[in-house]
Amino acid sequence: MPLNVVLAEDSALLRDGLVGVLTRFGHRVPAAVADAGALVDAARAHRPDLIVTDVRMPPGNNDDGLRAAVRLRRDRPDLPVLVLSQYVEQSYAAHLLDLGGDSGVGYLLKDRISAVSEFADAVTRVAAGGTVIDPDVVRQLLHRRHDPLQRLTARETEVLSMMAEGHANGEIARALYVTEAAVNKHVGSILQKLDLHVDGNGHRRVLAVLAFLRGTGR
Amino acid sequence: MRPETAWQALAQGPLRFLTSAWPWRSLAYLLSGVVFGSVAGFVLLVLAAAGLVLLAVAVGAALLLAVVLGSVLVARVERWRLRLVDLEPAPDPHRPPERPGPRCLLTTRLREQATWRELGFAAVSSTALWWMDFLVLAFALGTPVLFAMSPRDDPHAWPWLIAAACMVPAAPYTLTAWAGARAALTRVLLAPRDRELGSELTRIRASRARLVDAFDAERRRIERDLHDGAQQRLVSLNVALGMARLDSAPESALSRQLADAQEQLTLAVHELRELSRGVHPKSLTDHGLAAAVDDLAARTTVPVAVDIRLPHRPPQRVETTAYFVVAEALANVAKHSGAERARVQARLRTDLLTLDVWDDGVGGADPDGGSGLTGLADRVAAAGGRLRLSSPQGGPTLVHVEIPCR
Repeated sequence: MPLNVVLAEDSALLRDGLVGVLTRFGHRVPAAVADAGALVDAARAHRPDLIVTDVRMPPGNNDDGLRAAVRLRRDRPDLPVLVLSQYVEQSYAAHLLDLGGDSGVGYLLKDRISAVSEFADAVTRVAAGGTVIDPDVVRQLLHRRHDPLQRLTARETEVLSMMAEGHANGEIARALYVTEAAVNKHVGSILQKLDLHVDGNGHRRVLAVLAFLRGTGR
Repeated sequence: MRPETAWQALAQGPLRFLTSAWPWRSLAYLLSGVVFGSVAGFVLLVLAAAGLVLLAVAVGAALLLAVVLGSVLVARVERWRLRLVDLEPAPDPHRPPERPGPRCLLTTRLREQATWRELGFAAVSSTALWWMDFLVLAFALGTPVLFAMSPRDDPHAWPWLIAAACMVPAAPYTLTAWAGARAALTRVLLAPRDRELGSELTRIRASRARLVDAFDAERRRIERDLHDGAQQRLVSLNVALGMARLDSAPESALSRQLADAQEQLTLAVHELRELSRGVHPKSLTDHGLAAAVDDLAARTTVPVAVDIRLPHRPPQRVETTAYFVVAEALANVAKHSGAERARVQARLRTDLLTLDVWDDGVGGADPDGGSGLTGLADRVAAAGGRLRLSSPQGGPTLVHVEIPCR
């Protein structure tokens, strides 16, 4: 399904690259802007299905892009947001995960854009209300909660990190070359060992797992 | 190590201490304290009393001024006497007057904080300190003599004789301990404070701090340039390669070459990112010390508990210094300590940032062993703070840093 995407990225080269990737996969980019203020204006004007924004942008060249995304999301809680960053920063990811609302959230390193098919897949997942978290962020989070995670088997840890990245059971099964039933079993065991009470497969499960890993909830 | 003060001398072995000059120096210090203190105290008290009584007449004010200047003299003698029990000289905290002449001297002295500290010291010294010197001398030397004068032929008096015999070797300790305490008080009150050490030293300190600031500014600029320039270019190039790969026939030679190129480029981007993070962490500028240390902790291979509670963000220089201390300390934890856990704690107390990095590793960290801690200690010192390291063999290791936030 073609999406309307508003894009914000201050590097002209990368902005063109991103527009190229998005149009290549059939999406429309009604506005591609270069600073946080223009992002807010464009997102209000075009009512996109998704915004994709760089964290660090003018005018402040700090986390202006991230803050613009947070503001837009507050105005429109159903607006999916995909944030791109040059660095893995827990603090950025934390801001995003605390956004609230039920619609999609994504946080990816800019490196991931170059794996264009996977990136296009992430765009679709976030637009559809999913959560996509960069594997590097998840790796750091897994690293941080050392004690309770020691109770997990190696395979369960693998499944947990894929859950945290926002993959559904079917996708996990395909990636690990096991049956979906096996993944279901692992997931049940993980949630039980971590004492997490969530059902199902979607966004809420990802948030619960991430909240657990961040140590902000159970 | 040769002791520099009476207190350091006390820490030596008993034989060494008792045969050294320190007990005698302490004795001389206290005896001269009693003599000088009582005379100076008497003169100052008479002057002050007369000044107060005659305050109605102009001459009273002059007498009070004499008390102030007299206490400057007392302080000079005390600093000189201090060398009996403290080998490091205490310099004169006063500035030379700008012009010769008694008038200028008087106004210079009256404007100096050191003068009023000396007046306070003279007051304490003439009313209490010399009395206490006297009491300590009387107790340490007089009591054994008194006991020893008990009659030898009376068995009931023998315990007194034994007590006297026991008290003789204790006397040098009593004398030296009190002399050390009195010397420490004298040094605190009469030695110059930092800002009285002369403008030269202050200027050097300021220029050192400016140098560190300039380095930090330069690091931030390099990080920004890397981020805006090379990194974006490489990522865009990688995206272009990805698009080309999409257009090439799957499993073809071209597609494989493109995949190889992408892999190389991804590695290059990764290396560049690590480099730029080491130059200056972005999350420190954006979200402050706690967030940046959280990120550091997450990248450390040893689990790190971060407990940073600051009511507000400290000045940039303090924040950056603290960050690099934690980065270096955690790098050492990961590389050398073999620790299973580590802890980073930071607190802001009025205008002092305290920072502790602790780990349960093998210890034995040597600040001179090229661990990078020496450079950090210099950096902390340039920010006006200090770094202390405790790392006994067998652990644990604690790096403690205090940086003033002015």
